[in-house]
Amino acid sequence: MTSDELTDIEIKLLMEGVFQVYGHDFRDYSEASLRRRLTNWLSGSGFATLSLAQSHLLRDRALFDTLLRGITVNVSEMFRDPAFFKAIREQVVPYLKTYPFIKIWHAGCASGEEAYSMAILLLEEGLRGRFRIYATDINEEVIRKAHEGIYPLQEMQNFTRNYQHAGGTGSFSDYYTARYDHAILTPMLRENIVFAAHSLAVDADFGEMNLILCRNVMIYFKKQLKERVLGLFDSSLSPGGFLCLGTKESLDHRHISNHFEEIKPRTQIYRKRYAKK
Amino acid sequence: MQKNNGRKFKAVVIGVSTGGVSALKLVLGALPADFPIPVLVVTHITPDSDDGLAILLDTLCAIRVKEADDQEPMIPGSVYLAPANYHMMVERGGTLALSIDPLVNFARPSVDVLFETAAEVYGPALIGVIMTGAGNDGSKGLSKIKSCGGMAIVQDPADAEMDAMPRSALQLLKADHIVLLVEIPPLLIRLAGVKP
Ligand SMILES: C[S@@+](CC[C@H](N)C(=O)[O-])C[C@H]1O[C@@H](n2cnc3c(N)ncnc32)[C@H](O)[C@@H]1O
Repeated sequence: MTSDELTDIEIKLLMEGVFQVYGHDFRDYSEASLRRRLTNWLSGSGFATLSLAQSHLLRDRALFDTLLRGITVNVSEMFRDPAFFKAIREQVVPYLKTYPFIKIWHAGCASGEEAYSMAILLLEEGLRGRFRIYATDINEEVIRKAHEGIYPLQEMQNFTRNYQHAGGTGSFSDYYTARYDHAILTPMLRENIVFAAHSLAVDADFGEMNLILCRNVMIYFKKQLKERVLGLFDSSLSPGGFLCLGTKESLDHRHISNHFEEIKPRTQIYRKRYAKK
Repeated sequence: MQKNNGRKFKAVVIGVSTGGVSALKLVLGALPADFPIPVLVVTHITPDSDDGLAILLDTLCAIRVKEADDQEPMIPGSVYLAPANYHMMVERGGTLALSIDPLVNFARPSVDVLFETAAEVYGPALIGVIMTGAGNDGSKGLSKIKSCGGMAIVQDPADAEMDAMPRSALQLLKADHIVLLVEIPPLLIRLAGVKP
């Protein structure tokens, strides 16, 4: 047996222990990414193997928290994939405007970039006071960061370019104040966002959403967990509601796919049908 | 080691950067449509590129070329390009996985990420190829392939449009083959055991 195969066994055993002790369920996460993240964590941990670390991880909550932060990939950007946000603005917002009030769920929001992007977009579309965004993530530390809405100043260049390509109608610099090497988003953007911890692997659905975004989150999940999560989204969406996936994800071959219709090929924006089945 | 000694290879991974488009046209263009194992490619493209390069190569090449989708199963006779702004990885079950982990070697997709995860899965049954490019992405990955018993092919730096990537790989490891770009396809065809 190669050492990589041994590592895979150690990962399985550890994830089982973690689930039973802490209730966090990573047993159905894709192996390649999990292996990379855990190997990274291990090399900074002082332990030689995951088996040696396991005894401590299962007993020491603080140590486990460092592992939890290490497992999840929390990278995000404002207006990542500008063409996607443009499609939301041009093809989804016209429907949203016909609703008296709009409820949106960003599942796996990481440090909040996407949720703030959506808030900007909806404000520019004149929907102030008519929407609420629920932004959730399994990682409580990134939820705290998301709530602060402070990002490294050097990222603003990229965010600004994304914003412009996404069809932004204002000036991106109006949405933040630069302080030393940080950019602080205007508090107004946060008014309609609720940040909360929520795990797609173990927690329940959120009712009556009009729009759900879950982008680049399920790419880390194996098939069974994907199906679970999609089931949650299906039951959380009102009929006619929209489900948005990442640019390389799709509903093809999923259980719920016949409840949905892609609004235009290759947008990864799906609309839930009115008459079920 | 000139012959493949009855060894069975299960996949080819290719890393390329500056000069990549013409190098890929040449190499992939010379592979037959029934090339018996999957080919996985990371080339450094700008984050906002679409799948235009895959579509172009697919038109030009006999072998099927496409951009990888989330958890796509790999099939023989297909080339999978890592999409812009995603790392591409290999899973044990023979599927591809994508990730938006931070940049590695200033790159996403990164050659190292593909090579390392592929080496973990395929061990000695993997062929790694480094071609023209700036920077040193892929060197660590190729040495991981070697240390797992796989085969390392490096484009001769003198033949490369940009020699930094091949040169850096050769500094870190002993390649099994140092060859001209035009020699890469026949070599791959022989190693993969295509019947003449
Ligand atoms: C790569 S980020 C995606 C950020 C953003 N949606 C984007 O596309 O830019 C993935 C996020 O999913 C979160 N995540 C992973 N497993 C989760 C789970 N079981 N429940 C909720 N969130 C999870 C991670 O903590 C991480 O913040």
